[in-house]
Amino acid sequence: MSEHQEIFPSHENLPDVMVGIRDLCFNYGSSQALKHINLELKQNKVTAFIGPSGCGKSTLLRCINRMNDEIPGTRVTQGSIRVEGVDIYDRSVDVVKLRRDVGMVFQKSNPFPRSIYENVAFGLRMRGEKNKVVLDQVVEESLKDSALWDEVKDRLQESALGLSGGQQQRLCIARTIAVKPLVVLMDEPCSALDPIATAKVEELIYNLKKDYTFVVVTHNMQQASRVSDETAFFFMGELIEFSETRRIFSNPKLKKTEDYISGRFG
Amino acid sequence: MFNPESIIRKGRPKGYLRETLVRSFLRGITYLIVIIALMIFGKILIDGAPAIFTSKFPFVDIEFLTAKNETLHVFDDAQGTRHQLPASKYSDYVNAHAGATLYNEQTFSYSGGGIAGPIVGTALLTIGSMILALFFGVSAAIYLAEYAKQSPFIHAVRLAILNLAGIPSIVFGLFGFSVFVLAVPIITNTPSDRSMLTIPLMVGNYVLSFQGWNSSLIAGCATLACMILPVIITASEESLRAVPQGFRDASLAMGGTRWQTIRKCVLPYSLPGILTSSLLAIARVAGETAPIMFTAAVAAKDDLPWQGLSNPFGVLSSQVQALPYHIYTLAARIPNSEYTERAQYGSVFVFLVLVASLSFGSMILRAKLRKKLKW
Ligand SMILES: Nc1ncnc2c1ncn2[C@@H]1O[C@H](COP(=O)(O)OP(=O)(O)OP(=O)(O)O)[C@@H](O)[C@H]1O
Ligand SMILES: [Mg+2]
Repeated sequence: MSEHQEIFPSHENLPDVMVGIRDLCFNYGSSQALKHINLELKQNKVTAFIGPSGCGKSTLLRCINRMNDEIPGTRVTQGSIRVEGVDIYDRSVDVVKLRRDVGMVFQKSNPFPRSIYENVAFGLRMRGEKNKVVLDQVVEESLKDSALWDEVKDRLQESALGLSGGQQQRLCIARTIAVKPLVVLMDEPCSALDPIATAKVEELIYNLKKDYTFVVVTHNMQQASRVSDETAFFFMGELIEFSETRRIFSNPKLKKTEDYISGRFG
Repeated sequence: MFNPESIIRKGRPKGYLRETLVRSFLRGITYLIVIIALMIFGKILIDGAPAIFTSKFPFVDIEFLTAKNETLHVFDDAQGTRHQLPASKYSDYVNAHAGATLYNEQTFSYSGGGIAGPIVGTALLTIGSMILALFFGVSAAIYLAEYAKQSPFIHAVRLAILNLAGIPSIVFGLFGFSVFVLAVPIITNTPSDRSMLTIPLMVGNYVLSFQGWNSSLIAGCATLACMILPVIITASEESLRAVPQGFRDASLAMGGTRWQTIRKCVLPYSLPGILTSSLLAIARVAGETAPIMFTAAVAAKDDLPWQGLSNPFGVLSSQVQALPYHIYTLAARIPNSEYTERAQYGSVFVFLVLVASLSFGSMILRAKLRKKLKW
């Protein structure tokens, strides 16, 4: 944590707000994908993003660790995102350091064609960690945290591509948490997994909640209700409703939310 | 009576004749091309193999591959026996048989000895130019594929590079001559008279003199590198783009810098592709005559490039022989006769085997890597 403190000095925000999104507007070229989003991600909570396809969930997610910077022609036109109180779109912020604090797991599992061990150690190696003892320890810890250790502990040096889809996705999670981020963004992490693998991922999210702040994009209402503490419903680039998951699923304020949750559209 | 068979299955479909004609025509042309190719290979094989292969162990004429190139002397001795000796052995013979009269004496330039010089020269030119081309080409490809934003300017750059590939090699030869041989700057304390511009360096009496590298190995390598740069850049860019975006995203999302991402997650997986396409470029480099004609190659050279040099870097500024140029010399500059055929067909044969094995090697390598690199 000491490293994080250097990058993100202590701040005036509420202590339990990890990411604060204020009036955020975002454009792909000239088409607006996000319209005036206001949202707070609370520390050690799981926030689910739901909404019909194309409503901007992934876009918002990718704004939080500035992965959208990689897409030419995109820009935040208005508003701000603060992580631990620091405006991440400020000129002084180094996006490399930001991404060390805000990790991301992708929809399509994308392990490197290297050994399982090297996949998990990758982030630390990039940071210059060479100590074998430290690496071994982190790899084991991360694999245990992502509920993969028992399945792979005897084949750490084998290629990660030999793992099943569900194992690969958990490996990607292990790889992401190996570098101890503050926030873990997950874009439909279970969309390609069967129910058992999905249950494993959900369980590990639940267990890791105490150490991380999670955002999970999902099209699966049951998953959102099972795994998340708070839920944000998006529609056409706007945040329609945002509150505790329990409340949203049992007693949504707006008709549109209710229709979507009950499967009447989207 | 109604017979469905006669309606449905019997008879030829409409246009059958035309179909057959078109197919036979296309097939005929294909076979013609194959026959021409076979005839070329066959001719070289039949005429060239005797120069290379021998009936005795090790079945290959080692001397032809390892001996220096010399003038061939053909003569009859007093007994009427015909001798064919390269220049060095000829002088031994004359010394040994002092006073003997030689009859029907003829000499054939470049036809005696072996072709070690051209082989070594071609090897050096190929290695040197590949190093240069890979360094510059891969760097440019990384920039184009990973850093450059898609803009009209970058499109124009890419188009220019593609067009470069269509320029005839003789133009590269002339370009190399006027730039690398005559104009590039070097640091020296004795600038040549033809230097186009000298800039004093304030260190001793050293100057930066724009006088070129003369006709030399390095000038030839640079010219050849220019010629294959477009191929290397295009192939490398393709290989880089073939690496799944997911690898880059994953690395960037873990807090990798752009260069770390390229070095660890992109380059390793595109390198096989880059190298296999480069092997094809090697075949081209090894085979071109025009670019080296004015920039590096000499028809005759007594020493191998590294012999008689005071420092090892001197090899870069020495001229070399090269196989394609040697073949040109043998074909165009000396009269044809039965005594020159060994050198002529032998050289072509060696050359063909070399280029063919390079192309073949790249094909095998590519197929192997394709299988290995699946994600
Ligand atoms: N790279 C891009 N360039 C241009 N427009 C884009 C790009 N990516 C997304 N968009 C547009 O932005 C809008 C939001 O897309 P986004 O991917 O955020 O939707 P999503 O909610 O994640 O959808 P899904 O549930 O299908 O993943 C869509 O209208 C989409 O067409
Ligand atoms: Mg999405």
